[in-house]
Amino acid sequence: MSAVMITRKVRKWEKLPGKNTFCCDGRVMMARQKGIFYLTLFLIIGTCSLFFVFECPYLAVHLSPAIPVFAVLLFLFVIAMLLRTSFSDPGVLPRALPEEANFIEMEIEAANGNVPSGQRPPPRIRNVQINNQIVKLKYCYTCKIFRPPRASHCSICDNCVDRFDHHCPWVGNCVGKRNYRYFYLFTLTLSLLTIYIFAFNIVHVVMRSVDHGFLNTLKETPGTYPLNMNTFLLVCFFTLWSMVGLTGFHTYLISLNQTTNEDIKGSWSGKNRGQNPYSHKNIIKNCCEVLCGPTYPSVTFFSLFLTSFSASFPQKTTAPLIPNEHTPDDVKPSIAAEKSSGPKDDQPPAAMLPPLASPETDAETSIAKNQ
Amino acid sequence: MAETHSLQDMRQQAAVAAKVFIQRDYSNGTMCQFQTKFPSELETKIDKQQFEETIRTLNNLYAEAEKLGSQSLIEGCLACLTAYTVFLCMETHYEKVLKKIAKYIQEQNDKIYAPRGLLLTDPIERGLRVIEITIYEDRSFSR
Repeated sequence: MSAVMITRKVRKWEKLPGKNTFCCDGRVMMARQKGIFYLTLFLIIGTCSLFFVFECPYLAVHLSPAIPVFAVLLFLFVIAMLLRTSFSDPGVLPRALPEEANFIEMEIEAANGNVPSGQRPPPRIRNVQINNQIVKLKYCYTCKIFRPPRASHCSICDNCVDRFDHHCPWVGNCVGKRNYRYFYLFTLTLSLLTIYIFAFNIVHVVMRSVDHGFLNTLKETPGTYPLNMNTFLLVCFFTLWSMVGLTGFHTYLISLNQTTNEDIKGSWSGKNRGQNPYSHKNIIKNCCEVLCGPTYPSVTFFSLFLTSFSASFPQKTTAPLIPNEHTPDDVKPSIAAEKSSGPKDDQPPAAMLPPLASPETDAETSIAKNQ
Repeated sequence: MAETHSLQDMRQQAAVAAKVFIQRDYSNGTMCQFQTKFPSELETKIDKQQFEETIRTLNNLYAEAEKLGSQSLIEGCLACLTAYTVFLCMETHYEKVLKKIAKYIQEQNDKIYAPRGLLLTDPIERGLRVIEITIYEDRSFSR
């Protein structure tokens, strides 16, 4: 029986559960379906390019050069916010490791006592009191944890997300605790950009009509002008109403410190109105917390960093190594012990950089296959 | 540093007897705080005061990280004005405090927990959900 050693480079994020895709050395984290995100990018860049190419020269000359400059700045800000929302970790909660899952199971069984056979065990719910309000924490069977308050499981990304707002296909990612403010700024600035473009479109047409007459305006300019003009106005019009509506809705949610998820479920409305335990009962404070609160770290980033150590079996011996699932228990604490002081001694800056910086990438995994 | 490595060498021969998970305390909202209730499994291993002191310090550090003060406001506004590109060169306040927490946990492990056959795991490695305390079997620790 000869053992064959196969060395395979394992990307760290292949080990992470959930249906996310990672790019650029783990710096970018998105949902799997990205088609609509590309459409969003195309619409924004396309419409703005048309604006810059066809309208701005005229406006810069006849009105002020500040107009295109401000449009460029606004456009760049919109793209930055879109990319930031789409690429960052929304606040994914890592799944419980087996020991933690077992610990929780034992606690649940102890709490339930003896359930007579044939009867369903009671639902797994933990009650906590937050600011004099009883909040029910539900158990997630996929992640094997009791979800923190305001967290929810996204079925599309197959992850529990902290302060889950909603899964937005337009940005190709969930919107949660870590990227909600970028999402809000994206909708806000996109509304402003759309209004800006729409307004200057109208101004352009009016100014040309004043000079040359309305019908002539439509005829005289380059052949494509009516086409892109109509495209402009149509896209702008629909975008405008939907974006302004969405921004307004999220402004309302922020002022009440609610998430879209809570609003849809009606957690703090109707007979529960005024009982939101997370609200500071002050609009300014609520807005400050959501928009200017601390920038939370990405715990997935730490999982990525961690996985490189637990997946790469640290004993670099020539003996055939056992795959991860069968790693004996007494090896695991040494890995954990090494790990818990390793990166903090060797690479503290790397460990603490935001997810948009690059951690170490590949882990080498040796898999022994018995023939 | 050498002390830590020799403890790890010893630990490689030790087996994990049990793990205790200190859960989050949500009574003040969604801020990161851990319960200070002393778990029964640690009764024979460590002093209750010591344990509560550790957890309380950690809670204070996390509160400092998440504080809605003028610093976080200024940081937030500055970052927004630069389209958050400033975070490519600057560490956030939260990250600075996380480093402090990591250092504190390592210090506590070296001085207090490791000599008693225990190991604290930084909660960030568990998604800030639990503080995992590993209890090792009492074997051949030279005390």
